[in-house]
Amino acid sequence: MFRNNYDNDSVTFSPQGRIFQVEYAQEAVKQGSVVVGIVSKTHAVLAAIKRNAEELSSYQKKIIPIDSHFGVALAGLASDARVLSNFMKQQSLSSRLTYDRAIPLSDITSRIADRAQTNTQQYGRRPYGVGLLIAGVDAKGPHLFEFQPSGVTQEMVACGIGARSQMARTYLERHLDEFESSSREELIKHALRALKESLSQDKELTVDNTSVGIGGLDESFVLYEGQDLTEWLDATFENREGGGDEGGDAMETDS
Amino acid sequence: MAAIFSGAPPQGGPGYSFTQTPTAVPSGERQHGFYPYTDNGGSTLGISGADFTILAGDTRSTSGYNINTRYAPKLFKIGGEGPDNKGARIVLSVVGFAADGDALKERLDTIVKMYKYQHGKPMTVTACAQRLSHILYNKRFFPYYVHAILGGLDEEGKGALYSYDPVGSYEREQCRAAGAASSLIMPFLDNQVNFKNQYMPGSGTGHNLKTKEATPLSRGHVEDLVRDAFTSAVERHIEVGDGLQMMILTKDGIQETYTSLKKD
Amino acid sequence: MNHLPQAWGRPRDDVYGAYDNSHFQTAGPNQHTQSPIVTGTSVVAAKFKDGVVIASDNLASYGSLARFTDVKRLRKFNENVVVGFGGDVSDMQYLDRLLNSLDIRENYASADDPLNAKNLHTYLAKVMYKRRSDFNPLWNHLLIAGLDGEAKPFLASADLLGTTFSSPTLATGFGAHLAQPIMRRTIPDEASVEKVSKDEAVKLVKECMKVLFYRDARSMDKYSIAVITKEGVELSEDEKLENQSWAFAEQIRGYGTQTA
Repeated sequence: MFRNNYDNDSVTFSPQGRIFQVEYAQEAVKQGSVVVGIVSKTHAVLAAIKRNAEELSSYQKKIIPIDSHFGVALAGLASDARVLSNFMKQQSLSSRLTYDRAIPLSDITSRIADRAQTNTQQYGRRPYGVGLLIAGVDAKGPHLFEFQPSGVTQEMVACGIGARSQMARTYLERHLDEFESSSREELIKHALRALKESLSQDKELTVDNTSVGIGGLDESFVLYEGQDLTEWLDATFENREGGGDEGGDAMETDS
Repeated sequence: MAAIFSGAPPQGGPGYSFTQTPTAVPSGERQHGFYPYTDNGGSTLGISGADFTILAGDTRSTSGYNINTRYAPKLFKIGGEGPDNKGARIVLSVVGFAADGDALKERLDTIVKMYKYQHGKPMTVTACAQRLSHILYNKRFFPYYVHAILGGLDEEGKGALYSYDPVGSYEREQCRAAGAASSLIMPFLDNQVNFKNQYMPGSGTGHNLKTKEATPLSRGHVEDLVRDAFTSAVERHIEVGDGLQMMILTKDGIQETYTSLKKD
Repeated sequence: MNHLPQAWGRPRDDVYGAYDNSHFQTAGPNQHTQSPIVTGTSVVAAKFKDGVVIASDNLASYGSLARFTDVKRLRKFNENVVVGFGGDVSDMQYLDRLLNSLDIRENYASADDPLNAKNLHTYLAKVMYKRRSDFNPLWNHLLIAGLDGEAKPFLASADLLGTTFSSPTLATGFGAHLAQPIMRRTIPDEASVEKVSKDEAVKLVKECMKVLFYRDARSMDKYSIAVITKEGVELSEDEKLENQSWAFAEQIRGYGTQTA
């Protein structure tokens, strides 16, 4: 029986030039529920589907505000994301303390990228099993960055990661030209529609399973959850049948 | 050797002439040439009421007889959102060595911000007050040379005011004056806030005198007391003046005011 | 108070009693700076409506000896910031190297978001405070002049104790006594900054440099002056004091052998 001999650690290449542990970590990202991010000229928005482990449990945190100018959305291992977001919080507080400056988003992104890369080059370490979307505003305007367990980061105009995110990305690609000039409200609507695309037919976005985070020029990053979303959900999906809260059932959970 | 090179010595030290340079090594402990503290003057004061707390401080910063600047705030919002501390509910005032004061403010602010991030709820004033005490106490062998006053509203919505010594002893009080003119302001406060030495008129003489009981004061009245305290302190203390910064903490948040004081 | 650099950071005689000078004599290892050696005197600076002017002379003194007469004590950090150094010259050179490495690091990280004057002041104040807390101070008094994040004029100071403050006009050392009162006459508060033009501010600061040359024994008539505006930094390092009039010297009575 075939057995892969090159996936025992994250520091050994396979003869084909692959590092399997890193690729497996990317799979963990695909298991997480979907998150999308979009930027316009003035705003950066994150939207996410939250899951609950069981009917009685609370919903998984998907968007974490880090500083007043940015936040992150996660797909994959929530505990790894917590470690990374704690690190980002520390780094951005330290930038405010030593320079009295909001840390540039490209800067904070490359700092976590360096950490992730270290995990792929030191024996006995494990790659982060989480993908992040980092969105907010800095001195150079609104930004969206994608972070992967491999340590690869990219600046994006719009992006979706997590389970069935291909559907969301297809939606984003179709509407790519509209984003730049979108208003705050239009941008949120796009994000919610993209989220909806990646949901299976019998599921709906509800106030319970949706999270939206938005930052803009002269506007700090704010997380919207629960009843705050009612208006946007109603405005985005006008023709849906009476707001059901059956959205959350029977989905696998974030591990 | 350094004596020859260091030019003008401090007052009372050796002169410029080589002949005057001391040749014998003086006995006794060798003293550090560098003293890591200074006094930047100024005064602060805090008064708590039934449902509010007021903190105030002048905005003059001095070194010796020099005025560094006429606007250096001594009042800081703690634990709000972002660089402007929006939505903060705690105020720290520090007077003494300004560099230590700034360092202390930044440490406390970071702690309260991290608390909110980790626990998902704002820190209570009581908890923050105790934490501040620990910060000061932990540095007791190289203290933050400041007199701190912390203000906010407690869990019941009552005005809360805590005052500290440089090494972390603290106490909740109705009112406290600190800094250069504290010895001028505090007795005034004792009399006007806690009604010390005030008796009920016509209650008798000698031991029959009934003391006037302290009752919570109204906000407007307290603001007047603060202004009076500072305008008086400015008259008699050279390190106090230029501007009066006030922060009024109520359940609706923090209201900040600035009024000018005499600049002489 | 004694504002000579030698007295900086020392306990005040009037508060703590006469200073014990025993360490001037003692041989043996001296771990940390106890006193400055080669020193620069005042730095003066003033805000005006579009920016900041800052000036300092080009002299580095070795005690009372005018040792180096061509030392530039204004350092341009980038198109937004100039730092002026008073106090120990070797510590100034250390800070210069520190700022160089910071600049290089910053340019690698984010090319089109340079540190502004406020950022740099916060950073330098942290450096100064850290060093004083380690009992190993950088024996300087710095003025940081430039534009802040909103491209508004910014002027602030940081000294060897880590003390920081900001004011429409600032001066270190002797300048705190002699230049500040002159500058405050024209620019008493933040509101009056708006009414001062670049030319007026430059004239004011040059006037202060002249007064300092007349009255500060450790000063020189060659100086550097920088103007920071949105257009960038204009730095001139070989200015010479003009229109000096020493006529007043004849009126001075009471020194030396001259009694009448």
